[in-house]
Amino acid sequence: MTISQEDIKKIAHLARINISSDESILLEKKLTGIMELIDQMQKVDTDGVEPMSHALNISQPLRADQVTESDIRKKTMPLAPETQESLFIVPQVIE
Amino acid sequence: MLNLSLKQLSQQLREKAFSSEELTRFFLDRIKKHNDRLNAFITINEEESLSMAKKADITIANGNQSLFTGIPIAQKDIFCAEGWRTTCGSKMLENFVAPYNATVIQNFNDAGAINLGKTNMDEFAMGSSNETSYFGAVKNPWNLEYVPGGSSGGSASAVAARLAPAATGTDTGGSIRQPASLCGFTGLKPTYGLVSRYGMIAFASSLDQAGPMAPSAEDCAMMLNVMASHDIKDSTSLPHPKEDYMTSLGDSIDGLRIGIPKEFFGEGLDSEVQKIIEDAILEYQKMGAEIVDISLPNSELAIPVYYVIAPAEASSNLSRYDGVRYGYRTKEYDDLMDMYFKTRQEGFGDEVKRRILIGTYVLSAGYYDAYYLKAQKIRQLISNDFAQAFQKCDVIMGPSAPSAAFKAGEKKEDPLAMYLQDIYTISTNLAGLPAMSIPAGFTKDLPVGLQLIGNYFSEGHLLNVAHQFQLSTEWHRKIPKEID
Repeated sequence: MTISQEDIKKIAHLARINISSDESILLEKKLTGIMELIDQMQKVDTDGVEPMSHALNISQPLRADQVTESDIRKKTMPLAPETQESLFIVPQVIE
Repeated sequence: MLNLSLKQLSQQLREKAFSSEELTRFFLDRIKKHNDRLNAFITINEEESLSMAKKADITIANGNQSLFTGIPIAQKDIFCAEGWRTTCGSKMLENFVAPYNATVIQNFNDAGAINLGKTNMDEFAMGSSNETSYFGAVKNPWNLEYVPGGSSGGSASAVAARLAPAATGTDTGGSIRQPASLCGFTGLKPTYGLVSRYGMIAFASSLDQAGPMAPSAEDCAMMLNVMASHDIKDSTSLPHPKEDYMTSLGDSIDGLRIGIPKEFFGEGLDSEVQKIIEDAILEYQKMGAEIVDISLPNSELAIPVYYVIAPAEASSNLSRYDGVRYGYRTKEYDDLMDMYFKTRQEGFGDEVKRRILIGTYVLSAGYYDAYYLKAQKIRQLISNDFAQAFQKCDVIMGPSAPSAAFKAGEKKEDPLAMYLQDIYTISTNLAGLPAMSIPAGFTKDLPVGLQLIGNYFSEGHLLNVAHQFQLSTEWHRKIPKEID
């Protein structure tokens, strides 16, 4: 699988990362190299094999939905780049 | 203090041969002396470390100490430690001060250990040479022109140079074992789910596992006693009963069946490394172990599978860095989208961006079945290979890495060459099995590690197999000459 400039543009958009045109040219070769490595998988016959998502194939444990920590707003809000009272400030989203 | 084991440090603290404050100060002084050259630590907080040490001394004076009380441990900068800057080696988290403790950190705090500082690492644990860190490359104490391995390179350099008695690491594809091999000490990646991932900054959630990095297997056993715990805050943490990993140290290994996978001794393995590994296996035979030839036929697929699964999971995990709730935000932007795009362009380094892009690609519409699902199926085949092998043997042995340490800059611009560093370690992450690297010799004055792979939850046994080797060899006691 070859990664084209068009592919890079598309996935960079999906990943929300700006890629400069210089970067994009360097990436084309490197990402294609990685995809060629990955394509070694295609020669393997996996018909009838169950996909493995957890090493020990456990099911997701459930627990009661209880409040376990008290209000941590005072600790977490100061970490944000921009806040006002208890709100995160972002550029306008809705016109 | 320099060369005492964790058990000896514990004993001498209890006997008041020195205080925790003296011990902590001793290592802080070593860090001050050597860190400029090694760059093993990102953050030191002398005041906080010494304050913890003073508290530990009071606990010891009152006779309420546990085995770990007062022992300083270096923490990989991937673990959130409340009040400590926690960067994960990234500009994205350059000024992030964690508001809570990772379970691993909490466990060490509860055990009375001292946080000696936060160690350098590849950015978001993506790398095998510790050259992708935003905070600069880490040096290998055996030769400063060489890399320490990665991603837990800062912990590795710190342990090898004895800037810390021991350190924590994390291993997603080899990030504990490969640096342990390249820096000449003992490292263990436990069974997936044994150590909680809560508060451990996520890279690839189905593979990430924390473990100990220390001179000896005995040290690692003592650390695993603290690190392993079932944690309801991590839904993948396993409800495995608490074990004492020290108790099996000393069991006989007479009759131990060692599986040697032919796939680990093929093309790409340095011939001197191969000789060292074969000699180490001979040493085991002298101790009464038997050799069993085994095959792990899907081994060569481990790297392709890993470079689908790990980037896919990373692209999802790293989507949280958007410049809104915490972390870096770009300075100038026109609108929300522009803020996201620039924040992530400026906040992430090249390797992290490559992996996010690959992950995004393999998960994008139309490609899921061909890549992610296919990789998960082959992951099952790789896991099945191990299950079959463990019917014939008790432990699998081979090299931890294809070569000794390489020169800084040598593979930095060649991701594919870098990825091959983990060719012998990745398959155990995919299968979720525990594995170790222990020092087995030197080539051209650089250390070489022997890898030991065990069955699920066999950490106690694995640690003893390593310990028995260390009772009859001195490789793990060697200290680099350049660092005094």
